[in-house]
Amino acid sequence: MSGVNLHGIWAIYRTEMARTLRTIWQSVATPVITTALYFIVFGGAIGSRMSHVGGVGYGAFIVPGLIMLSLLTQSISNASIGIYFPKFTGTMFEILSAPLNAVEAVIGYVGAAATKSVVIGLIILATATFFTDVRILHPVWMVAFLLLTSLTFSLFGFLIGIWAKNFEQLAIIPSLVITPLTFLGGAFYSIDMLPQPWRTVSLFNPVVYLVSGFRWSFYGLGDVGVGASLGFTAGFMALCLIALAWIFRTGWRLKP
Amino acid sequence: MPAILSIEALGKQYKSGHKALEGVDLSIERGEIFALLGPNGAGKTTLISIVCGTVTRSAGTITVAGHDIDHARREARQRIGLVPQEIALDMFSTVLNTVRFSRGLFGKAPDPAYIEEILRDLSLWDKRHARTMELSGGMKRRVMIAKALSHEPELLFLDEPTAGVDVNLRRDMWALVRKLRERGMTIILTTHYIEEAEEMADRVGVINGGRLLLVEDKDALMRKMGKRQLTLTLQTPLPAIPAELAEWSLVLAEDGLRLIYSFDAQAEDTGMPALLHRLSELGIAYRDLDTSRSTLEDIFVNLVEKAA
Repeated sequence: MSGVNLHGIWAIYRTEMARTLRTIWQSVATPVITTALYFIVFGGAIGSRMSHVGGVGYGAFIVPGLIMLSLLTQSISNASIGIYFPKFTGTMFEILSAPLNAVEAVIGYVGAAATKSVVIGLIILATATFFTDVRILHPVWMVAFLLLTSLTFSLFGFLIGIWAKNFEQLAIIPSLVITPLTFLGGAFYSIDMLPQPWRTVSLFNPVVYLVSGFRWSFYGLGDVGVGASLGFTAGFMALCLIALAWIFRTGWRLKP
Repeated sequence: MPAILSIEALGKQYKSGHKALEGVDLSIERGEIFALLGPNGAGKTTLISIVCGTVTRSAGTITVAGHDIDHARREARQRIGLVPQEIALDMFSTVLNTVRFSRGLFGKAPDPAYIEEILRDLSLWDKRHARTMELSGGMKRRVMIAKALSHEPELLFLDEPTAGVDVNLRRDMWALVRKLRERGMTIILTTHYIEEAEEMADRVGVINGGRLLLVEDKDALMRKMGKRQLTLTLQTPLPAIPAELAEWSLVLAEDGLRLIYSFDAQAEDTGMPALLHRLSELGIAYRDLDTSRSTLEDIFVNLVEKAA
Protein backbone atom coordinates (compact mmCIF):
# COMPACT_ATOMS: atom_id res chain seq x y z
CA MET A 1 0.00 0.00 0.00
CA SER A 2 1.28 3.42 -0.81
CA GLY A 3 -0.03 6.95 -0.48
CA VAL A 4 -2.30 8.08 2.26
CA ASN A 5 -4.07 5.73 4.65
CA LEU A 6 -7.51 7.11 3.83
CA HIS A 7 -9.30 4.16 5.42
CA GLY A 8 -7.38 4.84 8.61
CA ILE A 9 -8.26 8.54 8.68
CA TRP A 10 -11.89 7.75 7.96
CA ALA A 11 -12.00 5.06 10.68
CA ILE A 12 -10.82 7.56 13.31
CA TYR A 13 -13.03 10.38 12.03
CA ARG A 14 -16.12 8.19 11.92
CA THR A 15 -15.52 6.70 15.36
CA GLU A 16 -14.98 10.14 16.87
CA MET A 17 -18.16 11.46 15.25
CA ALA A 18 -20.02 8.38 16.51
CA ARG A 19 -18.82 9.22 20.00
CA THR A 20 -20.33 12.67 19.60
CA LEU A 21 -23.63 11.23 18.41
CA ARG A 22 -23.73 8.85 21.37
CA THR A 23 -23.62 11.83 23.67
CA ILE A 24 -25.68 14.09 21.45
CA TRP A 25 -27.52 15.77 24.32
CA GLN A 26 -24.42 16.52 26.25
CA SER A 27 -22.55 17.51 23.10
CA VAL A 28 -25.08 19.83 21.52
CA ALA A 29 -27.81 20.66 23.98
CA THR A 30 -25.44 21.85 26.70
CA PRO A 31 -23.71 24.59 24.66
CA VAL A 32 -27.03 25.65 23.12
CA ILE A 33 -28.77 25.95 26.48
CA THR A 34 -25.80 27.72 28.04
CA THR A 35 -25.68 30.20 25.21
CA ALA A 36 -29.42 30.77 25.35
CA LEU A 37 -29.04 31.60 29.04
CA TYR A 38 -26.33 34.16 28.21
CA PHE A 39 -28.66 35.78 25.70
CA ILE A 40 -31.49 35.94 28.18
CA VAL A 41 -29.33 37.36 30.99
CA PHE A 42 -26.85 39.58 29.14
CA GLY A 43 -28.67 40.26 25.90
CA GLY A 44 -32.23 40.50 27.16
CA ALA A 45 -32.23 41.52 30.83
CA ILE A 46 -29.05 43.60 31.08
CA GLY A 47 -28.59 44.46 27.42
CA SER A 48 -31.96 46.20 27.17
CA ARG A 49 -30.68 48.84 29.58
CA MET A 50 -27.36 49.25 27.82
CA SER A 51 -26.52 51.63 25.05
CA HIS A 52 -25.42 50.44 21.65
CA VAL A 53 -21.78 49.47 21.18
CA GLY A 54 -20.39 50.96 17.99
CA GLY A 55 -23.85 51.24 16.53
CA VAL A 56 -24.77 47.62 17.28
CA GLY A 57 -27.36 46.59 19.90
CA TYR A 58 -25.77 44.91 22.91
CA GLY A 59 -27.60 41.63 22.34
CA ALA A 60 -26.24 41.42 18.80
CA PHE A 61 -22.85 42.68 19.91
CA ILE A 62 -22.20 39.69 22.18
CA VAL A 63 -23.17 37.04 19.56
CA PRO A 64 -19.68 36.63 18.02
CA GLY A 65 -18.05 36.53 21.46
CA LEU A 66 -20.48 33.86 22.68
CA ILE A 67 -19.90 31.74 19.62
CA MET A 68 -16.16 32.15 20.11
CA LEU A 69 -16.46 31.14 23.77
CA SER A 70 -18.15 27.88 22.74
CA LEU A 71 -15.77 27.26 19.86
CA LEU A 72 -12.74 27.50 22.11
CA THR A 73 -14.04 25.35 24.94
CA GLN A 74 -15.68 22.80 22.64
CA SER A 75 -12.68 22.44 20.34
CA ILE A 76 -10.32 21.93 23.23
CA SER A 77 -12.50 19.52 25.16
CA ASN A 78 -13.47 17.43 22.11
CA ALA A 79 -9.98 17.02 20.80
CA SER A 80 -8.37 16.51 24.19
CA ILE A 81 -10.86 13.84 25.28
CA GLY A 82 -10.66 12.22 21.84
CA ILE A 83 -6.96 11.47 22.22
CA TYR A 84 -6.84 11.19 26.02
CA PHE A 85 -9.50 8.48 26.13
CA PRO A 86 -7.46 5.88 24.20
CA LYS A 87 -4.57 6.63 26.53
CA PHE A 88 -6.84 6.15 29.53
CA THR A 89 -8.46 2.90 28.34
CA GLY A 90 -5.24 1.51 26.87
CA THR A 91 -6.58 1.32 23.31
CA MET A 92 -3.79 3.70 22.29
CA PHE A 93 -1.63 0.68 21.48
CA GLU A 94 -3.77 0.10 18.42
CA ILE A 95 -3.36 3.65 17.11
CA LEU A 96 0.40 3.46 17.70
CA SER A 97 0.78 0.07 16.05
CA ALA A 98 -1.35 0.96 13.02
CA PRO A 99 0.20 1.83 9.66
CA LEU A 100 -0.84 5.41 10.21
CA ASN A 101 1.45 8.42 10.29
CA ALA A 102 1.18 11.43 12.56
CA VAL A 103 -0.47 13.65 9.97
CA GLU A 104 -3.13 11.03 9.25
CA ALA A 105 -3.90 10.51 12.93
CA VAL A 106 -4.15 14.27 13.51
CA ILE A 107 -6.43 14.75 10.51
CA GLY A 108 -8.76 12.07 11.87
CA TYR A 109 -8.91 13.28 15.48
CA VAL A 110 -8.59 17.03 14.97
CA GLY A 111 -10.84 16.96 11.91
CA ALA A 112 -13.62 15.31 13.92
CA ALA A 113 -13.22 17.67 16.86
CA ALA A 114 -13.21 20.73 14.59
CA THR A 115 -16.24 19.47 12.68
CA LYS A 116 -18.18 19.18 15.88
CA SER A 117 -17.13 22.69 16.97
CA VAL A 118 -18.17 24.22 13.66
CA VAL A 119 -21.55 22.52 13.86
CA ILE A 120 -22.05 23.76 17.42
CA GLY A 121 -20.95 27.26 16.38
CA LEU A 122 -23.53 27.28 13.61
CA ILE A 123 -26.25 25.97 15.93
CA ILE A 124 -25.49 28.75 18.41
CA LEU A 125 -25.60 31.29 15.59
CA ALA A 126 -28.99 29.95 14.58
CA THR A 127 -30.15 30.06 18.21
CA ALA A 128 -28.97 33.68 18.45
CA THR A 129 -31.22 34.75 15.59
CA PHE A 130 -34.22 33.87 17.80
CA PHE A 131 -33.09 36.36 20.43
CA THR A 132 -31.55 39.19 18.51
CA ASP A 133 -31.06 40.70 15.10
CA VAL A 134 -27.83 39.25 13.72
CA ARG A 135 -26.28 40.61 10.54
CA ILE A 136 -23.20 39.20 8.87
CA LEU A 137 -21.30 41.71 6.76
CA HIS A 138 -18.50 39.39 5.63
CA PRO A 139 -19.92 35.84 5.55
CA VAL A 140 -16.86 34.36 3.83
CA TRP A 141 -14.58 35.78 6.51
CA MET A 142 -17.01 34.66 9.19
CA VAL A 143 -16.79 31.06 7.94
CA ALA A 144 -13.01 31.39 7.56
CA PHE A 145 -12.63 32.52 11.19
CA LEU A 146 -15.00 29.80 12.34
CA LEU A 147 -12.97 27.09 10.58
CA LEU A 148 -9.57 28.49 11.48
CA THR A 149 -10.42 28.90 15.17
CA SER A 150 -12.00 25.44 15.41
CA LEU A 151 -9.02 23.80 13.77
CA THR A 152 -6.43 25.71 15.76
CA PHE A 153 -8.00 25.07 19.12
CA SER A 154 -8.74 21.45 18.26
CA LEU A 155 -5.01 21.10 17.60
CA PHE A 156 -4.34 22.77 20.92
CA GLY A 157 -6.80 20.42 22.62
CA PHE A 158 -5.10 17.45 20.97
CA LEU A 159 -1.82 18.62 22.53
CA ILE A 160 -3.46 18.91 25.94
CA GLY A 161 -4.87 15.40 25.54
CA ILE A 162 -1.41 13.99 24.85
CA TRP A 163 0.15 16.00 27.66
CA ALA A 164 -2.48 15.18 30.32
CA LYS A 165 -1.74 12.29 32.64
CA ASN A 166 -5.12 12.36 34.38
CA PHE A 167 -8.59 13.85 34.09
CA GLU A 168 -7.66 16.76 36.33
CA GLN A 169 -4.89 17.89 34.02
CA LEU A 170 -7.30 17.47 31.13
CA ALA A 171 -9.70 20.00 32.64
CA ILE A 172 -7.18 22.44 34.08
CA ILE A 173 -6.22 24.39 30.96
CA PRO A 174 -9.76 24.90 29.64
CA SER A 175 -11.14 25.94 33.03
CA LEU A 176 -8.20 27.89 34.47
CA VAL A 177 -6.77 29.46 31.34
CA ILE A 178 -9.16 29.48 28.42
CA THR A 179 -12.43 30.41 30.14
CA PRO A 180 -10.94 33.38 32.09
CA LEU A 181 -9.10 34.62 29.01
CA THR A 182 -12.32 34.43 27.02
CA PHE A 183 -14.34 36.34 29.61
CA LEU A 184 -11.61 38.97 29.74
CA GLY A 185 -11.11 38.83 25.99
CA GLY A 186 -13.92 41.12 25.03
CA ALA A 187 -16.63 38.52 24.53
CA PHE A 188 -19.12 40.71 26.43
CA TYR A 189 -17.57 44.15 25.89
CA SER A 190 -15.33 46.13 23.63
CA ILE A 191 -11.93 46.59 25.18
CA ASP A 192 -12.31 50.28 24.31
CA MET A 193 -14.72 50.39 27.27
CA LEU A 194 -11.87 49.52 29.64
CA PRO A 195 -9.87 52.17 31.48
CA GLN A 196 -6.12 52.23 31.07
CA PRO A 197 -3.93 50.32 31.84
CA TRP A 198 -6.39 47.41 31.36
CA ARG A 199 -6.95 48.26 27.74
CA THR A 200 -3.24 47.79 27.02
CA VAL A 201 -3.02 44.72 29.24
CA SER A 202 -5.88 43.20 27.26
CA LEU A 203 -3.81 43.40 24.10
CA PHE A 204 -1.67 40.61 25.58
CA ASN A 205 -4.72 38.37 25.81
CA PRO A 206 -4.74 36.17 22.70
CA VAL A 207 -8.50 35.69 22.84
CA VAL A 208 -9.00 39.44 22.20
CA TYR A 209 -7.66 38.89 18.69
CA LEU A 210 -9.94 35.94 18.03
CA VAL A 211 -13.09 37.66 19.25
CA SER A 212 -12.21 40.91 17.55
CA GLY A 213 -11.61 39.31 14.16
CA PHE A 214 -14.77 37.26 14.41
CA ARG A 215 -16.84 40.28 15.42
CA TRP A 216 -15.39 42.26 12.55
CA SER A 217 -16.72 39.62 10.13
CA PHE A 218 -20.21 40.24 11.57
CA TYR A 219 -20.39 43.98 12.04
CA GLY A 220 -17.25 45.40 10.48
CA LEU A 221 -15.92 46.64 13.80
CA GLY A 222 -13.12 45.20 15.89
CA ASP A 223 -10.86 46.10 18.76
CA VAL A 224 -7.79 45.26 16.74
CA GLY A 225 -7.16 45.07 13.02
CA VAL A 226 -8.49 42.00 11.17
CA GLY A 227 -4.99 41.33 9.85
CA ALA A 228 -3.66 41.10 13.40
CA SER A 229 -6.48 38.69 14.25
CA LEU A 230 -5.74 36.44 11.31
CA GLY A 231 -2.02 36.63 11.93
CA PHE A 232 -2.41 35.68 15.56
CA THR A 233 -4.66 32.70 14.85
CA ALA A 234 -2.41 31.39 12.09
CA GLY A 235 0.65 31.89 14.29
CA PHE A 236 -0.88 29.95 17.15
CA MET A 237 -1.83 27.18 14.76
CA ALA A 238 1.76 27.01 13.50
CA LEU A 239 3.01 26.71 17.10
CA CYS A 240 0.63 23.81 17.77
CA LEU A 241 1.74 22.06 14.57
CA ILE A 242 5.41 22.41 15.49
CA ALA A 243 4.75 20.99 18.95
CA LEU A 244 2.80 18.08 17.44
CA ALA A 245 5.54 17.30 14.92
CA TRP A 246 8.03 17.13 17.79
CA ILE A 247 5.75 14.88 19.87
CA PHE A 248 5.28 12.39 17.08
CA ARG A 249 8.96 12.35 16.23
CA THR A 250 10.06 11.67 19.79
CA GLY A 251 7.05 9.68 20.99
CA TRP A 252 6.78 12.00 24.01
CA ARG A 253 4.10 10.74 26.43
CA LEU A 254 3.02 8.27 23.78
CA LYS A 255 5.73 5.63 23.65
CA PRO A 256 8.10 4.48 26.39
CA MET B 1 11.23 -15.26 0.24
CA PRO B 2 12.59 -13.28 3.20
CA ALA B 3 11.77 -14.40 6.74
CA ILE B 4 8.44 -13.03 7.94
CA LEU B 5 10.26 -11.43 10.83
CA SER B 6 13.94 -10.74 11.18
CA ILE B 7 15.41 -9.08 14.25
CA GLU B 8 19.07 -8.13 14.49
CA ALA B 9 21.03 -6.87 17.48
CA LEU B 10 17.92 -5.45 19.10
CA GLY B 11 18.47 -3.46 22.27
CA LYS B 12 16.25 -1.42 24.52
CA GLN B 13 17.22 0.71 27.46
CA TYR B 14 14.41 2.54 29.24
CA LYS B 15 14.86 6.10 30.46
CA SER B 16 15.19 4.75 33.99
CA GLY B 17 18.39 3.06 32.84
CA HIS B 18 16.82 -0.41 32.93
CA LYS B 19 18.11 -2.57 30.09
CA ALA B 20 15.07 -4.48 28.91
CA LEU B 21 16.68 -6.09 25.86
CA GLU B 22 20.26 -6.65 24.78
CA GLY B 23 21.63 -8.02 21.52
CA VAL B 24 18.55 -10.00 20.54
CA ASP B 25 18.74 -11.79 17.17
CA LEU B 26 15.76 -13.75 15.97
CA SER B 27 14.43 -14.95 12.66
CA ILE B 28 10.89 -16.27 12.27
CA GLU B 29 9.83 -18.39 9.31
CA ARG B 30 6.49 -18.14 7.61
CA GLY B 31 3.79 -20.39 8.98
CA GLU B 32 5.50 -21.37 12.21
CA ILE B 33 4.29 -21.01 15.75
CA PHE B 34 7.02 -19.57 17.89
CA ALA B 35 6.74 -19.48 21.66
CA LEU B 36 8.77 -16.97 23.57
CA LEU B 37 9.21 -18.29 27.08
CA GLY B 38 10.46 -16.33 30.02
CA PRO B 39 9.69 -15.26 33.56
CA ASN B 40 7.93 -11.99 34.30
CA GLY B 41 10.10 -9.00 33.44
CA ALA B 42 12.28 -11.00 31.04
CA GLY B 43 11.64 -8.65 28.13
CA LYS B 44 8.97 -10.61 26.24
CA THR B 45 6.43 -7.80 26.05
CA THR B 46 9.11 -5.20 25.30
CA LEU B 47 10.27 -7.29 22.36
CA ILE B 48 6.76 -7.59 20.95
CA SER B 49 5.98 -3.93 21.60
CA ILE B 50 9.04 -2.77 19.70
CA VAL B 51 8.18 -4.88 16.67
CA CYS B 52 4.62 -3.54 16.74
CA GLY B 53 5.75 0.06 17.12
CA THR B 54 4.30 0.88 20.54
CA VAL B 55 7.71 1.12 22.22
CA THR B 56 10.80 2.79 20.74
CA ARG B 57 14.03 0.80 20.47
CA SER B 58 17.55 1.83 21.38
CA ALA B 59 19.46 -0.33 18.91
CA GLY B 60 19.07 -2.87 16.16
CA THR B 61 17.12 -3.43 12.96
CA ILE B 62 13.82 -5.18 12.36
CA THR B 63 12.25 -6.22 9.08
CA VAL B 64 8.82 -7.71 8.48
CA ALA B 65 8.66 -9.76 5.27
CA GLY B 66 11.75 -7.86 4.16
CA HIS B 67 10.28 -4.41 4.95
CA ASP B 68 12.22 -2.31 7.43
CA ILE B 69 9.88 -1.16 10.21
CA ASP B 70 11.23 2.41 9.96
CA HIS B 71 11.76 2.92 6.25
CA ALA B 72 8.79 0.88 5.08
CA ARG B 73 6.64 1.42 8.12
CA ARG B 74 3.33 0.99 6.36
CA GLU B 75 4.23 -2.19 4.50
CA ALA B 76 5.70 -3.68 7.66
CA ARG B 77 2.92 -2.76 10.05
CA GLN B 78 0.06 -3.75 7.81
CA ARG B 79 1.27 -7.33 8.04
CA ILE B 80 1.19 -7.42 11.81
CA GLY B 81 -1.67 -8.11 14.18
CA LEU B 82 -1.22 -7.65 17.92
CA VAL B 83 -3.23 -9.04 20.79
CA PRO B 84 -1.78 -7.38 23.88
CA GLN B 85 -1.72 -8.88 27.33
CA GLU B 86 -4.18 -6.41 28.82
CA ILE B 87 -7.71 -6.16 27.53
CA ALA B 88 -8.17 -2.62 26.23
CA LEU B 89 -11.40 -1.80 24.43
CA ASP B 90 -13.46 1.26 23.70
CA MET B 91 -16.16 0.16 26.14
CA PHE B 92 -18.97 2.19 24.56
CA SER B 93 -18.39 0.81 21.08
CA THR B 94 -20.20 -2.26 19.79
CA VAL B 95 -18.28 -5.41 18.92
CA LEU B 96 -18.93 -4.96 15.21
CA ASN B 97 -17.94 -1.29 15.19
CA THR B 98 -14.74 -1.77 17.10
CA VAL B 99 -13.65 -4.58 14.78
CA ARG B 100 -14.53 -2.51 11.70
CA PHE B 101 -12.59 0.38 13.19
CA SER B 102 -9.47 -1.76 13.53
CA ARG B 103 -9.70 -2.90 9.91
CA GLY B 104 -10.00 0.68 8.69
CA LEU B 105 -7.20 1.87 10.94
CA PHE B 106 -4.87 -0.62 9.30
CA GLY B 107 -5.74 0.76 5.89
CA LYS B 108 -8.08 -1.91 4.60
CA ALA B 109 -11.32 -1.27 2.71
CA PRO B 110 -14.44 -2.56 4.50
CA ASP B 111 -15.16 -6.26 3.95
CA PRO B 112 -18.36 -7.21 5.81
CA ALA B 113 -18.13 -10.86 4.72
CA TYR B 114 -14.65 -11.27 6.17
CA ILE B 115 -15.58 -9.51 9.41
CA GLU B 116 -18.61 -11.78 9.74
CA GLU B 117 -16.38 -14.81 9.21
CA ILE B 118 -13.95 -13.91 11.99
CA LEU B 119 -16.74 -12.95 14.38
CA ARG B 120 -18.43 -16.31 13.71
CA ASP B 121 -15.13 -18.14 14.15
CA LEU B 122 -14.70 -16.49 17.52
CA SER B 123 -18.36 -17.09 18.53
CA LEU B 124 -18.97 -13.36 18.69
CA TRP B 125 -21.44 -12.97 15.85
CA ASP B 126 -24.48 -13.16 18.15
CA LYS B 127 -22.95 -10.43 20.27
CA ARG B 128 -21.99 -8.14 17.41
CA HIS B 129 -24.39 -5.39 18.48
CA ALA B 130 -23.47 -5.59 22.16
CA ARG B 131 -21.28 -2.92 23.68
CA THR B 132 -17.92 -4.34 24.59
CA MET B 133 -18.40 -3.34 28.23
CA GLU B 134 -21.35 -5.73 28.47
CA LEU B 135 -19.22 -8.76 27.58
CA SER B 136 -17.56 -11.30 29.86
CA GLY B 137 -13.79 -11.32 30.26
CA GLY B 138 -13.38 -14.27 27.90
CA MET B 139 -15.48 -12.60 25.23
CA LYS B 140 -13.55 -9.35 25.57
CA ARG B 141 -10.37 -11.27 24.96
CA ARG B 142 -11.90 -12.77 21.82
CA VAL B 143 -12.88 -9.28 20.66
CA MET B 144 -9.23 -8.30 21.06
CA ILE B 145 -8.31 -11.23 18.81
CA ALA B 146 -10.98 -10.30 16.26
CA LYS B 147 -9.59 -6.77 16.14
CA ALA B 148 -6.06 -8.08 15.61
CA LEU B 149 -7.26 -10.34 12.78
CA SER B 150 -9.53 -7.74 11.19
CA HIS B 151 -6.97 -6.52 8.67
CA GLU B 152 -5.84 -9.98 7.58
CA PRO B 153 -2.31 -9.88 9.04
CA GLU B 154 0.37 -12.40 8.09
CA LEU B 155 2.06 -12.32 11.47
CA LEU B 156 0.08 -12.45 14.70
CA PHE B 157 1.48 -11.61 18.11
CA LEU B 158 -0.28 -13.09 21.12
CA ASP B 159 1.10 -11.63 24.32
CA GLU B 160 0.27 -13.99 27.18
CA PRO B 161 -2.93 -15.17 25.48
CA THR B 162 -3.97 -17.42 28.34
CA ALA B 163 -2.79 -15.52 31.40
CA GLY B 164 -5.59 -15.50 33.93
CA VAL B 165 -7.87 -17.50 31.69
CA ASP B 166 -9.87 -20.55 32.80
CA VAL B 167 -9.10 -24.03 31.53
CA ASN B 168 -11.89 -24.16 28.96
CA LEU B 169 -11.00 -20.85 27.46
CA ARG B 170 -7.37 -21.90 27.32
CA ARG B 171 -8.33 -25.00 25.33
CA ASP B 172 -10.41 -22.83 23.00
CA MET B 173 -7.49 -20.50 22.53
CA TRP B 174 -5.18 -23.35 21.64
CA ALA B 175 -7.71 -24.69 19.15
CA LEU B 176 -7.99 -21.24 17.60
CA VAL B 177 -4.23 -20.90 17.27
CA ARG B 178 -4.05 -24.26 15.48
CA LYS B 179 -6.83 -23.21 13.14
CA LEU B 180 -5.02 -19.99 12.29
CA ARG B 181 -1.83 -21.88 11.62
CA GLU B 182 -3.64 -24.19 9.22
CA ARG B 183 -4.53 -21.08 7.24
CA GLY B 184 -0.87 -20.15 6.99
CA MET B 185 -0.68 -17.53 9.71
CA THR B 186 2.63 -17.08 11.47
CA ILE B 187 2.14 -16.79 15.22
CA ILE B 188 4.46 -15.55 17.91
CA LEU B 189 3.18 -16.03 21.42
CA THR B 190 4.69 -15.19 24.73
CA THR B 191 3.91 -17.25 27.75
CA HIS B 192 5.24 -18.28 31.08
CA TYR B 193 3.27 -21.50 30.99
CA ILE B 194 5.64 -24.13 29.72
CA GLU B 195 2.73 -26.44 29.10
CA GLU B 196 1.43 -23.99 26.56
CA ALA B 197 4.68 -23.92 24.62
CA GLU B 198 4.78 -27.73 24.69
CA GLU B 199 1.24 -27.91 23.42
CA MET B 200 1.48 -25.51 20.53
CA ALA B 201 4.88 -24.31 19.47
CA ASP B 202 7.05 -25.47 16.59
CA ARG B 203 10.01 -23.62 18.02
CA VAL B 204 10.73 -22.27 21.45
CA GLY B 205 12.85 -19.31 22.48
CA VAL B 206 13.85 -18.76 26.09
CA ILE B 207 14.40 -15.18 27.16
CA ASN B 208 15.60 -13.87 30.48
CA GLY B 209 17.12 -10.61 31.64
CA GLY B 210 16.65 -9.16 28.18
CA ARG B 211 18.76 -11.83 26.46
CA LEU B 212 17.60 -14.60 24.22
CA LEU B 213 19.23 -17.63 25.85
CA LEU B 214 18.11 -20.33 23.49
CA VAL B 215 16.12 -20.83 20.32
CA GLU B 216 15.37 -24.42 19.48
CA ASP B 217 13.04 -26.75 17.73
CA LYS B 218 10.47 -27.91 20.24
CA ASP B 219 10.83 -31.58 19.29
CA ALA B 220 14.58 -31.39 19.83
CA LEU B 221 13.92 -29.84 23.17
CA MET B 222 11.40 -32.53 23.99
CA ARG B 223 14.04 -35.16 23.31
CA LYS B 224 16.29 -33.43 25.80
CA MET B 225 13.55 -33.34 28.34
CA GLY B 226 12.59 -36.92 27.54
CA LYS B 227 15.26 -38.19 29.96
CA ARG B 228 14.03 -40.27 32.85
CA GLN B 229 15.92 -41.51 35.84
CA LEU B 230 15.44 -44.54 38.04
CA THR B 231 17.03 -44.23 41.46
CA LEU B 232 17.36 -47.29 43.65
CA THR B 233 18.27 -46.92 47.31
CA LEU B 234 20.08 -50.09 48.34
CA GLN B 235 19.93 -51.91 51.67
CA THR B 236 23.66 -52.47 51.76
CA PRO B 237 26.27 -50.40 49.94
CA LEU B 238 27.92 -51.82 46.84
CA PRO B 239 31.71 -51.38 46.49
CA ALA B 240 31.44 -51.21 42.68
CA ILE B 241 28.92 -51.84 39.92
CA PRO B 242 28.88 -55.60 39.28
CA ALA B 243 30.00 -56.70 35.80
CA GLU B 244 26.61 -58.40 35.31
CA LEU B 245 25.01 -54.95 35.20
CA ALA B 246 27.41 -53.48 32.61
CA GLU B 247 24.79 -53.32 29.83
CA TRP B 248 22.81 -50.63 31.69
CA SER B 249 25.26 -47.75 32.05
CA LEU B 250 24.62 -47.21 35.74
CA VAL B 251 26.01 -44.67 38.14
CA LEU B 252 26.79 -45.51 41.73
CA ALA B 253 26.31 -42.67 44.17
CA GLU B 254 26.30 -41.84 47.88
CA ASP B 255 29.02 -44.27 48.98
CA GLY B 256 27.53 -47.10 47.02
CA LEU B 257 24.05 -46.74 48.52
CA ARG B 258 22.40 -45.47 45.37
CA LEU B 259 22.16 -46.87 41.88
CA ILE B 260 21.07 -44.39 39.25
CA TYR B 261 19.87 -45.47 35.83
CA SER B 262 19.18 -42.80 33.17
CA PHE B 263 17.21 -43.76 30.10
CA ASP B 264 15.26 -42.36 27.18
CA ALA B 265 11.61 -42.15 28.14
CA GLN B 266 10.54 -42.16 24.48
CA ALA B 267 12.31 -45.48 23.76
CA GLU B 268 10.15 -48.55 23.32
CA ASP B 269 12.28 -50.71 25.57
CA THR B 270 13.37 -48.73 28.59
CA GLY B 271 15.41 -51.59 29.97
CA MET B 272 13.92 -50.97 33.39
CA PRO B 273 12.05 -54.29 33.98
CA ALA B 274 15.09 -56.27 32.83
CA LEU B 275 17.33 -54.33 35.20
CA LEU B 276 15.08 -55.00 38.17
CA HIS B 277 14.90 -58.67 37.24
CA ARG B 278 18.67 -58.92 37.02
CA LEU B 279 19.07 -57.19 40.38
CA SER B 280 16.89 -59.76 42.14
CA GLU B 281 18.78 -62.57 40.41
CA LEU B 282 21.99 -61.12 41.81
CA GLY B 283 20.41 -60.79 45.24
CA ILE B 284 20.91 -57.01 45.40
CA ALA B 285 18.15 -55.78 47.68
CA TYR B 286 16.79 -52.26 47.58
CA ARG B 287 14.49 -50.52 50.03
CA ASP B 288 13.26 -47.70 47.86
CA LEU B 289 12.68 -47.00 44.19
CA ASP B 290 12.04 -43.64 42.58
CA THR B 291 11.63 -42.49 39.01
CA SER B 292 11.76 -38.91 37.79
CA ARG B 293 11.32 -37.11 34.51
CA SER B 294 13.29 -34.02 33.57
CA THR B 295 10.91 -31.50 32.07
CA LEU B 296 11.12 -28.43 29.90
CA GLU B 297 10.58 -26.68 33.18
CA ASP B 298 13.86 -28.08 34.54
CA ILE B 299 15.71 -27.07 31.41
CA PHE B 300 14.09 -23.67 31.60
CA VAL B 301 14.85 -23.14 35.27
CA ASN B 302 18.44 -24.29 34.69
CA LEU B 303 18.93 -21.87 31.84
CA VAL B 304 17.36 -18.98 33.66
CA GLU B 305 19.38 -19.62 36.81
CA LYS B 306 22.61 -19.99 34.91
CA ALA B 307 22.03 -16.68 33.19
CA ALA B 308 21.12 -14.87 36.38
